[in-house]
Amino acid sequence: MAEFWSGFLLPLIIMVLQILAITVPLLVAVAFMTYAERKIMGAMQMRQGPSIVGPFGLMQPFADGLKLFAKEQILPEGANRIVFYVAPMLTFFLALIAWAVIPFDYGVVLSNINVGVLYLFAISSLGVYGIVMAGWASNSRYAFLGALRSAAQMVSYEVSMGLIIITVLLCVGSLNLTDIVRAQEKVWFCIPLLPMFVMFFISALAETNRAPFDLPEGESELVAGFMVEYSSAPFALFFLGEYANMILMSAMTSILFLGGWLPPLPFAPFTWVPGIVWFALKIAFCLFTYVWVRATVPRYRYDQLMRLGWKVFLPLSLFWVVLTAGVLVTFGWLPK
Amino acid sequence: MKRTAAGEEGDEEAMAFLDRAARSLFLTELLGGMALTLRYMFKPKVTLNYPYEKGPISSRFRGEHVLRRYANGEERCIACKLCEAVCPALAITIEAEPRDDGSRRTTRYDIDMTKCIYCGLCQEACPVDAVVMGPNFEFSTESREELFYNKQKLLANGDRWEAEIAQNLAAEAPYR
Repeated sequence: MAEFWSGFLLPLIIMVLQILAITVPLLVAVAFMTYAERKIMGAMQMRQGPSIVGPFGLMQPFADGLKLFAKEQILPEGANRIVFYVAPMLTFFLALIAWAVIPFDYGVVLSNINVGVLYLFAISSLGVYGIVMAGWASNSRYAFLGALRSAAQMVSYEVSMGLIIITVLLCVGSLNLTDIVRAQEKVWFCIPLLPMFVMFFISALAETNRAPFDLPEGESELVAGFMVEYSSAPFALFFLGEYANMILMSAMTSILFLGGWLPPLPFAPFTWVPGIVWFALKIAFCLFTYVWVRATVPRYRYDQLMRLGWKVFLPLSLFWVVLTAGVLVTFGWLPK
Repeated sequence: MKRTAAGEEGDEEAMAFLDRAARSLFLTELLGGMALTLRYMFKPKVTLNYPYEKGPISSRFRGEHVLRRYANGEERCIACKLCEAVCPALAITIEAEPRDDGSRRTTRYDIDMTKCIYCGLCQEACPVDAVVMGPNFEFSTESREELFYNKQKLLANGDRWEAEIAQNLAAEAPYR
C-alpha cells in the first residue's frame, strides 16, 4: 500500500495539481483576453467596450460564458454525431496540451523535453484536425468550405513558420525551449532576426486564424466558417481553444524571439521582478499586438493570403535560413 | 557620358520599383496604420451610455403616438377621420358616434403600431392637434398584441407626455 502511495498515487496527484496550476490560470487568461480584446478594440474605435457587468465590465466574459452554456445545443440533421462532438473537444484539448512544454521561468516547466519546439510545432499542426473534422461532421456546405479554407491556410503558413523556427534553432543549437531562452541572455533574437520575428508574428496570426487572416471565420461573408453549425458548449469550446491558441502562439513568440522569462536588461531593477512576470508581460504585449492588428487591418482576400504565404514568406524565410546559416558558419558563431 | 531619354526613363522605372519594393518590405503602410489606431486609442471616447444617458431629440421627432386632451380634460379628437384617411399604412381605425351632449366623439380609436411607418401624416392632418407623435421611442414590447394600441392607451400616453408635447408644439408653431 505504501509503495502504491509513494510510487504511483502521490506523483499522480502532484502531476494533476501541476496541470491545474497551468490550465486554470490559462482559462482565466482566455476569459480576460476576450474582455481585453473588446476593450482595446473599443478604445481604438473611440468606443467604451463592455462597461456594465461588474466594475469596468470585468465580469463580462463570465456573463458571456454563462450565456453560451445556457444556450440550446443543436445537432444538425445528417451530422456525424461522434465526430461533431469530438472536433471542438480536440481543438480545446490541443490548445491546452501544448502548454506542457512551455517554460514559465528557469526550471518552471511541466515537462522539460529535449524536442520542445518540435512538440509545439506538431501540436499546433494537429489543430487543423479539429477544424477539418468540424467542417466535415457538420454536413453543411458552408461549414465544409470554411474548413477547407481554414485547413489550406493553416497548412500554408506552417511551412514558412517551420523555416523560421529552423533559423532560431540554428542560432541556439538545441530544440529544448529552456535552452532557447537561455541562448538569448546576451541579446533577444528579435534584434538579430528582426525580419524573421515579424514574419513569425504574421504567420502566427494566420495560424491562429486571426485578423487580417480570419477568412475561415470571415463574419461578413461566411458567417462563421467551420463553426456555423455549432452552438452552446461545443461552440464555447472552439472559442476557448481559439483564444488559448492565440495565447500559446504569443508564448511561443516570446520564447523564440523575445527572450522568454528573461528581463529586458540584465541588471538591478529589472532582475528583481520574477521571470514569470516578464514572461506574462511579453505574452500580454504579443496579445495586445494581435488585437491592435485586428483593429487596424482589413481582411485579406483568399488569393492574397495564399500569395503572401507561398510567394513572399516562403522564399523570404528560406533566404534568411540560408543567410543565417552562412553568417554563422563564416564567422564561426555556430553553437557548440 | 551622355544619357539618352530612354535610359533616364529606365532609371526612373527602376527607382520607382525600388521605392515600392522597399515600402512593402519594410511594411511602412502597415506600421503607419497601426500608429494611427494607437493614437486613436488614447482619444476621448464618444460612447453614449444609452440606458443611462440619452442623446438629444428634435422637437420634430416622430415617436410613439398620443391622443391629447384640452386643459379641462375634454379629449381633443372630433372623429373627423382625416388621420384614418391619410394614413398610408392603414394603421388607424376609427369609429364614432354622437355623444349624449350632441358632440361627435370617437368610440374607438385604434392604431396598429406594427403597421405604422412613422411618417407623421396623421399629425399633419389633424385639425385640432389631437393625434401627435410624441418624443417617446422606448415602447418595445414582448408580444405583438401589446402593440395594438386602443383609445385608452393613446389617451394615457397623452396624459403622460403632455408637458413635452406641448413644449415641442410651441417650438414648432412658427413653422406650421
